[in-house]
Parts: sequence; structure tokens; C-alpha cells
Amino acid sequence: MTRWLQHPPPRGVLLALLAAGLAACFAIEQFGLVDDYVRFVLITFGINIILCVSLNLVNGWMGEFSVGHAGFMALGAYLSACVSVKWLSWGDPLWMFPLAVIGGGLMAGAVGFLLGLLSFKTRGDYLAIITLAFLMIVKSGIENIPYVGGPRGFLGIDNHTTLLWTAVWTVLTLWTIRNLVYSRFGRGIVAVREDEIAANAMGVDTRKAKLTAFVVSSFFGGVAGALFAHQLQFINPSVFDIVKSTEILVMVYLGGVGSLAGSILGATAFTFLSQALQPLGTWRMVILPLILVLLMIFRPRGIMGMREFSWFVPQREFPKKEDKK
Amino acid sequence: MKPLLEVRGVTMRFGGLVALSDLSFDVTPGHAHGIIGPNGAGKTTAFNVITGIYAPTQGDVLFRGESVTGCRPSTIAHRGIARTFQNIRLFRDLTVFDNVRIACDAHARYSWPGAMIQLPSARQAEKETIGRCTDLLEKFGLGNEIHERAGDLPYGSQRRLEIARAMALQPSLLLLDEPAAGMNSAETLNLVEFLGWLRDHFSVTMLLIEHHMQLVMTFCDRITVLDFGKTIAEGTADEVRKNPEVIEAYLGQEDGHE
Amino acid sequence: MDYFAQQAINAIQLGSIYALIALGYSMVYGVLVMINFAHGDVFMVSSFFCFLLLLVLPVPFIAALLIVMLATAILGVCIERLAYRPLRNAPRVSAIITALGCGLVIQNTTLSISPYSQRMPELFTPVTWNFAGLTISSLQILIVGISVGLMLALDFFIRKTRYGMAMRAIAQDRVTVPLMGVPVNQVIAVTFALGAALGGAAGVLYASAYPVISATMGVLVGWKAFVAAVIGGIGNVRGAVLGAYLLGAVEVFTVTVLPSTYRDLVVYTLLLVILIFKPYGLLGRPAVQKV
Ligand SMILES: Nc1ncnc2c1ncn2[C@@H]1O[C@H](COP(=O)(O)OP(=O)(O)OP(=O)(O)O)[C@@H](O)[C@H]1O
Ligand SMILES: [Mg+2]
Repeated sequence: MTRWLQHPPPRGVLLALLAAGLAACFAIEQFGLVDDYVRFVLITFGINIILCVSLNLVNGWMGEFSVGHAGFMALGAYLSACVSVKWLSWGDPLWMFPLAVIGGGLMAGAVGFLLGLLSFKTRGDYLAIITLAFLMIVKSGIENIPYVGGPRGFLGIDNHTTLLWTAVWTVLTLWTIRNLVYSRFGRGIVAVREDEIAANAMGVDTRKAKLTAFVVSSFFGGVAGALFAHQLQFINPSVFDIVKSTEILVMVYLGGVGSLAGSILGATAFTFLSQALQPLGTWRMVILPLILVLLMIFRPRGIMGMREFSWFVPQREFPKKEDKK
Repeated sequence: MKPLLEVRGVTMRFGGLVALSDLSFDVTPGHAHGIIGPNGAGKTTAFNVITGIYAPTQGDVLFRGESVTGCRPSTIAHRGIARTFQNIRLFRDLTVFDNVRIACDAHARYSWPGAMIQLPSARQAEKETIGRCTDLLEKFGLGNEIHERAGDLPYGSQRRLEIARAMALQPSLLLLDEPAAGMNSAETLNLVEFLGWLRDHFSVTMLLIEHHMQLVMTFCDRITVLDFGKTIAEGTADEVRKNPEVIEAYLGQEDGHE
Repeated sequence: MDYFAQQAINAIQLGSIYALIALGYSMVYGVLVMINFAHGDVFMVSSFFCFLLLLVLPVPFIAALLIVMLATAILGVCIERLAYRPLRNAPRVSAIITALGCGLVIQNTTLSISPYSQRMPELFTPVTWNFAGLTISSLQILIVGISVGLMLALDFFIRKTRYGMAMRAIAQDRVTVPLMGVPVNQVIAVTFALGAALGGAAGVLYASAYPVISATMGVLVGWKAFVAAVIGGIGNVRGAVLGAYLLGAVEVFTVTVLPSTYRDLVVYTLLLVILIFKPYGLLGRPAVQKV
């Protein structure tokens, strides 16, 4: 795809680490190994990775500029809350919660599809404005639906977002997006970023590529929203505003556009930075956008922009010497 | 022989401007067909209509006897028409390899779920694509630059890469928009050789726009001359050279064009 | 009917303020092809400038207006100088993100300094007249009068002065004009100064009409003006004015038929619908891309 660090990934090491990580998450939940604050931060971290890598698909790999990701989060959050509080509250969380999360993702994905349709005609600035309008419509739309609590918010959501579920969804997101970007579908998305007309002339169905990017991105945005709702146990429309979108943008452009490793890095840095800045109160939201501005001036593609850590790259992408004749 | 490409009465208007008016010509399989004409004659516009970037205001384009008018460019590419652009349009930030690979992907037919869960068939298809791209780049003499950023290549290599990328589609018709642009006469001479090799090695039919008269006259089997969107002459190099209208409209300037 | 006419007056008042702000968005877009998301917050800050000024020194209305316009113009030029100029040749996305970031910096700085809304001291004691069943205050006339006056002045500036012509030239052709000896940096600075000054005037007028000011005004009011600019065709100065009055009317009449919570929903849906059917706004023209 782009450039990665030189060496092929060691076989199996990543899988072993992954298994160990999931086991650790399970153990932490089961035996209460960490205190509530640490657990909360870890879950936030996972959700941030999902948000960051999914927005990166549209803003990094496809090179558009969406400010609407918080809107997809909101859709996922509210729909999953409806499922778990109002529609299937009798269900066992073991199957009901995944269903709620998937439902939230599908809802966001469906709306993402519509936004993708709009991206056929409009690009660049105007598409950015459309995503902004979408965000405001979702927010003020929810404010006008008394069924989900209107401006006061949606109360009484159970805490279903365990560390293990978060980890599972995080891995699933990374896995899906990695397989997507290293497939012909993902290369089509990148080609659209590079040159839409040339891509089209080279057989890339640019419309399908755009829809794919928007749907996958918004699906996982919705998933993250669903996890977020069941972590906070209380959501209201003003949580999902432009500030939330900006937070995700900071992660993407800090870590690096068009990079899985960058997304993880961005989410990590952001999560811990924003925890560290917590005592500053609203000044935190002065410093974060300031970082974004400085990044744009000094390193517009982020730390890992367009580069990849070799462990996230499929083995086959490293041509062996003997293969070359 | 049945023509590979038939352009039938194509008119293209941009607002008040008529870029092509009632353009018709056929391209015979195996031929190299040249399109010449002064600046602004509508040559590139003809390419854009054939490859589906513009839908013609009127008229029809048939490829292998089937209409491709109004099809999307990607569909037309899949049917077997590939092209290059007058001002090179590579995927500049991607590697040389990925440039070719994106075109090669047109032939990798694995499904969405296959890619998501990494089915063996998808992996196999990917491996084959990688192999084909490597071979193709070797053939085009770009084997040592596969990990370079396309935008960093020297100009000549960029032109070559663009042709390699088009050939990765395995087209039966290749459209080249001014392949000799920006080359000196030695390079142009090489280009003629290269185009000959391309035609024989891939047995591909060619339609090419070129300002370089010598190249067109020696290389093309048949030539269409455009001026102000109209066909003013068509025929073999000799026929075109002798046509008084052509001499007036175009060849009069030949001195200015080296 | 009287009610309708009364609402129309309100719509014109709101539209005038939107128009002043929208012009700033549109001028910058015309010259730099950049969405200056921070402009709404510049407007917001200008009403705080006004508030501070009156706190320190109770000057008369016109003096306050001029001082605030000057201060805001300086702020606008500073933002351009510090944040946007380094990105002049960077990808377009970088510029939008920077603008968004600058806006948030301004907004949250204001919010951190003044967490609650502030009550504006009265700048001007309005007289109201009853006229054929309508109530018109001298403040409303002043707001509309000053706005229209400033718009006419701007129109004159753009059409008749050297800088104005340079602005239009750059908007027409961004490639060759800068090569022809036009002092691009100066023209851009002037554009930002003018846009911000108009935003500053809007800040003062808004604060006198709706005298409770808060840090969220940039998003609540400033972005509406942005919507107006887009509806009119961003980059097109007349489009911005048209869009602003249209939006003012839509907003005022929405609130007369629907609960006021629907206001944003209607405005942004209108924006979306217009962008779907007229992707470049009512008066905007698409950029031709040749292959
Ligand atoms: N998208 C477009 N919109 C408006 N006019 C266009 C468009 N594309 C081409 N034209 C106009 O159509 C005419 C033909 O252009 P075209 O690019 O086909 O010429 P050409 O024969 O390729 O010339 P050259 O030798 O300079 O490449 C020109 O006048 C051009 O300005
Ligand atoms: Mg041409």
C-alpha cells in the first residue's frame, strides 16, 4: 500500500500477543484486577481506537474530510440504548448486548450509505460541509425526539461495556479495516484519494469504493457509539457535537493518516493526554485544538502518516527474494 | 475485418462550445490508429468520450460491436479499453508497484467477505496479482523501482509507468494521449521502438494522439485528422499527407513542430 | 397580517446580522478557497470585546462600533498570519482543519475565561414607534441601516478600489494573477481584515439586539451565517447576502410555526437539501475540471 517499516512481520507473534491481551482483559474483568478508574480509561482507550481507525478510513485512506463522525457515534449510541433499555431489556446481556451494538452499527452504517451517495457528486470542501450539516441534523434531530429523552438525554442505560467486549470490538475493527485496506477494495479507496478520474479509468468503481469507505467507517463509528453509551450509562445529544468530532480528528491527524499503527498511536496519545489534562477543565479543549493546529503546520500527515508498522501488513506484501525469478 | 472500435456521429458540447461535431471513425483490430490535429481540435475530448469520462451530447461509441455510450469509465475499462492521460495522472503518492496493482485488481475476482475473513481463494488471488504486477514491471524496465514513490520518478519513467499501468488492465485497445510529449528526438525514436514492441508483444490495438508528425507518419496504419471538432481527413499516412485540407489546417505548421 | 409583517421585520434584522458575518466567510473563500471555520468565533469574540470595552469605558455606540471593528480586524489578520499563512501551499484539508482548530481555541479560551453568559450593558436607548399596527424600534432601524451601509461600502470597495479589484482577480484566476505582480499577501491580509471587521460590526449589533452573550455564540450564530454563505454559493459576495436574508426569514418563520427547538434542524436540513440539488449554492458556479 504505502510504505511500511522494512522487515516482514514475525509469523504468529501478533496472534500470540492478541490472545494474551484478550486473556488479560478477561482476567481483569473476572478477578477485578484494576480499580474502576483504570478500567474506565482502558475502555475509553479501546473506544478511541475504534473511532480513530474508522474515521481514518474516510479522512486518511480516502482523503476526504468528514467532521460527522460524532454523528455516527450518536446514532449507534441511541439505537443501542433503545435496544438494551426499551426493546430487548428482558434479554440476557450475553446475546442482547452484542445485538444492540451491531444494531447501532447497522443504523450508523445505513445513514453512512446515504452520505456516501452524496459523495458521488460532491467532494472536498462541500462534502465537509455536508458532513457538518449531517452532524447538526443528527444532534438537533435527537433533541426533538421525546422518546429518547430529547435534550435532557437518555438515562438508565446499564453498564454492559466490559473491558473484554471493548477489546473484542477493537480487534474486530482493526482486523476488518486492515483486511479491507490490503484488498482490492481498499486499494480502490486509496486510488480515489490519489486521483479519482484516473482510478475510474483504471477500472476502479469509484462509487462502490466511496460507499464502502463510508459504510464501513460509519458502521464502526456506530459501534463505538454503542460501546460509549453503555460505558457512560447516560447520553445526551450535546455529547455528540463538533467537539467530539474534533477529538477524533485530533487522534487521526496526530497518529497519522492512512495508517493502522498511526491510528492506534493517535488514540493512545490522545487518551492519555486528555486524562492528563483533565485537571485543567475547559482549558483542555483549548490545548487539544491547539495541538491540531500545530500538527497541521508542522507535520500535516501525523506521526505515522502513510506509513505502516510491518506487523499490521499481511505477510504476502513482502516479496521474497526467490520469488523474484 | 470487423472494427474493434466504432465511433458513430459523436457530438460533444460544453455549453456553447462544440468540442466535437459529428465525429466518426473505425479502428481495425491490430492497427495503430493515429489522431492528429491542431491544439484544441478535440482530440483529448474524443478520448474522454470513448473512455466514458464524458457522455457525448449525441452519437454512439461501439466497442466490439456493443455500445459503450453512457457506461461508467470503470465499466469501459473492464471491457478492455485502457488509456493514458495527456498530463500524466499517476497515483503520485503510491509506490510504482501499487500504481500497477490497482489496475491489475480489475482481474482479481474475489468477494468482499472473502477479503474480510481472508479466505484462501482471496489470498491466492492476491498472490497472483502480486506476481503479475512484478512480471509486468520487469517487462517495462521498472523492476528496480517498484518501491519508489511514483511521483518521484523521472518524467520519462512516469510516462512508461502510466503505459504499464494501462497494460495491467490487459486491454484489447490502448489509447495513448501524446506519449511523446516533452521528449527530445532521441527519446522519441526510442518511443517508436517501444510502441512497436508493445503492439507486438501484447498484440494490442492502439489509438494514439500525437503532435509529433514523424512518429505518427511512420508508426500509424491509419490516421484521422481533426480540426475544430470535425474530421477533415482520414486515411493512410500517404493519403493524409497529400490531402490539401490537411496541409492547410495542420501540416502548414509542421516546421513549428520540429 | 400584522403579525406576519412584524415577523418580517425581525427576519430582516436577523438577516442583516447574518449577512455581515456571511460576507466574511465568502470573501475569504473567494480569495483563498478556504473555509474559515474560525470566523464564527471571531464574531463571537468581538461581542466580548464590546462587552469589555463598555466595562472599562462607556463610549457612545458609534465609537464602540468602530473600536470593536478595528480590534476584530487585527485579530483576523493575526489568525491569518500565524495559522493560515504557513499552510498556504499545504493540502486543502490541512487548512480546513486548522481553521476548525482555531475556532475551537478561540471558543474554549473565551469559555474558560467566562464560563457563563454575560449580560450586555445597554449601548443605546432605543425609541419605539407604533406604526400602522407594527412596532419598530430605532435599534432595529439602526441595525439594518448600519448593515446595509457596510454592505454597500464593501460592494464599492470590491468594485472600485485597487485592493478590491485584486481580490476579484485572484478569485477569478489563482494561478496567473499572483505571478503578475499583485501583492498577494497584502490582498489576503486586507481580505481577512475586512471580513473580520464586518464580523466585529455584527458582534456589536448582535449584542445590542440580543444582549446576552456567551462563548457558544460562534457555533449558534456564527455557523448559521456560514450556512447562509454556503446556501448563497460560498465565494460569491452577493450570494452571501441573499443566503443570509433567506436564512433569517426561514429561521424566524420556523419559530412561528414550530417549537423553537426545531430551528437548527430546519436550518441544517435546508442546507443539506440545497447542497443536494444545487451543490454549489444558489449563485455559485462549479469549478471546471479538465481532463
Ligand atoms: N470539460 C470541459 N469543459 C469545457 N470545455 C472543454 C472541456 N474539455 C475540453 N474543453 C474544450 O474543448 C476543446 C477541445 O479540447 P481538447 O482538450 O479535446 O483539445 P485537444 O485536441 O486535445 O488539444 P491539445 O492538442 O491542446 O491537447 C477546447 O476548446 C477545450 O477548451
Ligand atoms: Mg489534448
